[in-house]
Amino acid sequence: MTRWSDRFPDNLRARRIKARIFRIGCSVLTWLSVALLAVLIYHVTRAGIGWLDWQFLNSFWSRRVTEAGIKAGLLGTLWLVSITAVLAIPIGVAAAVYLEEFGGRSRVNRFLDINISNLAGVPSIVYGLLGLALFVRWCQLGSSLLAGGMTLALLVLPVVIIASREAILAVPKSIRLAAFAIGATRWQTVRYHVLPAAAPGIMTGIILSLSRAIGEAAPIIIVGGATMIFFTPEGPMDEFTALPLQIYNWTTDPKQQFQELAAAGILVLLCVLLLMNASAVYIRNRAQKSRPW
Amino acid sequence: MASAAGSLAIDLDAKRGVRLREGAVVASLFTCALISILTSAGIVIVLFWEAAGFFKSVSLWEFLFGTRWTPLLEPRSYGVLPLVCGTLLVVAGACVIAIPTGLACAIYMSQYASDRTRRIVKPVLEVLAGIPTVVYGYFALTYVTPLLQQVYPDTLVYNAASAGIVVGIMILPMIASFCDDALRAVPESLRLGALALGATRFEVTVQVLIPAALSGIIASFVLAISRCIGETMAVAVAAGGTPNLTLNPAESIQTMTGYIVQVSMGDTPHGTLGYYTIFAVGALLFLMTLGTNLIADRVLHRFRETYE
Repeated sequence: MTRWSDRFPDNLRARRIKARIFRIGCSVLTWLSVALLAVLIYHVTRAGIGWLDWQFLNSFWSRRVTEAGIKAGLLGTLWLVSITAVLAIPIGVAAAVYLEEFGGRSRVNRFLDINISNLAGVPSIVYGLLGLALFVRWCQLGSSLLAGGMTLALLVLPVVIIASREAILAVPKSIRLAAFAIGATRWQTVRYHVLPAAAPGIMTGIILSLSRAIGEAAPIIIVGGATMIFFTPEGPMDEFTALPLQIYNWTTDPKQQFQELAAAGILVLLCVLLLMNASAVYIRNRAQKSRPW
Repeated sequence: MASAAGSLAIDLDAKRGVRLREGAVVASLFTCALISILTSAGIVIVLFWEAAGFFKSVSLWEFLFGTRWTPLLEPRSYGVLPLVCGTLLVVAGACVIAIPTGLACAIYMSQYASDRTRRIVKPVLEVLAGIPTVVYGYFALTYVTPLLQQVYPDTLVYNAASAGIVVGIMILPMIASFCDDALRAVPESLRLGALALGATRFEVTVQVLIPAALSGIIASFVLAISRCIGETMAVAVAAGGTPNLTLNPAESIQTMTGYIVQVSMGDTPHGTLGYYTIFAVGALLFLMTLGTNLIADRVLHRFRETYE
């Protein structure tokens, strides 16, 4: 009978080889995923860069490739994001303040808590169905910017609440206690001390959730965003299209040139998102440097 | 003396004012928090109310177990199974791509990568997660599908495989980041103890870390599945529009979400049975994602290993 210790050197080599293979496998898969981003961006840029000019940014939908552009989509997206921001930011931050500062551990708050995390997991298309039945039909808003913006606001609300709560939670307790100690009420403490301290974190969360709203196409389609819009929206009751919707429309067009237009549209969309994310990172970094605690 | 009493009265008045305002503020903040409850209630009521309009004409049995889905063409048939099958096919494809890759990324980032590498890999994965899904649809149709056709020429232009692949790419960052967190939450002493006993890093990872972090890892898989089920634009672009009851990933299929988009892009008038179908399908979709989310939650809390 061979003793275990006799086998040990062979065994050890096999184990080391296995460990090395595992390590190489993990690192290859990781770098492959990183390379995917490069492939994606290269692929889109190669197809779309040639179409990207002022004419493309400043024209409406057209059957002729050379005359088509994304003006209506860009402006529609701008309108939608503004409406979403106006609705979702105050409500979301207020809800977060309530849950963190006034909520306590009551049963109602536990329920609110669970409810919000469940809402964050609801697919965006379901929000679209909610918007279609509630805003478009029952409230008789029609397929308007307002209906679309309200739908997107409901969609990003849980994200805004969760991000704001994290920012508020990160404010140290000592700041609150100091305010209470000099006689501030709860609301005064929140208004003059907690919210200013949490503001950069809240801003970052808001920007990231709005950038999610910009990229959403599914709820907009359900609510009834059109594709062929030949005017710039004048008010919240106008019909509209949005950038992701135009991209979808061009992507599904069998003509290859329209697919290249889609790529150009994607480039614009990605640039907008990149700008927003960069500003979020900037705000976060600056706040980290100047933070008093 | 009198003036002191007067100032005290003013003080009490001011205090009452402050208290009133305090109450009003709390009440309005609470109202805002309540909107989330109203949203949930709205989703449930709308979906089931409108779906009820559908089930007046079609029996629940026919909907759930029928094998043909042709609600807009004659002869009409309302069996949702082909859509569910299409969805599950995409989910399966996405899992095949994303689960091993995502887990490998997490292991690499938490066990092997230097801080500098982490600072590159993590943001890149975050960017991948932040790209709008319609962009992935474009990528699937114009890049992945031609690639698949070179490997396997019988692949159709619209097919389940390329949709599954890009959905896999989309959920990969989520799995990687959740698993990374779960692996990092395992106490350092366990890892160091195993290493001190002479285990290789592979053995430490597979025999110590992964079992210890298993609840988090499994929960991340389940959450990812939930996201695949609800994923819309990528599959609407790439998977096609033919509700097929098939398991062949090279064929064109339709998912539940893809069907809802197709109907919304067309002009199905309000009040027709075709209009109500999207709510019936939406209600089923909602129940499936809610179910998987609840399972993930249960896994996370029921099977968590706690170390003190």
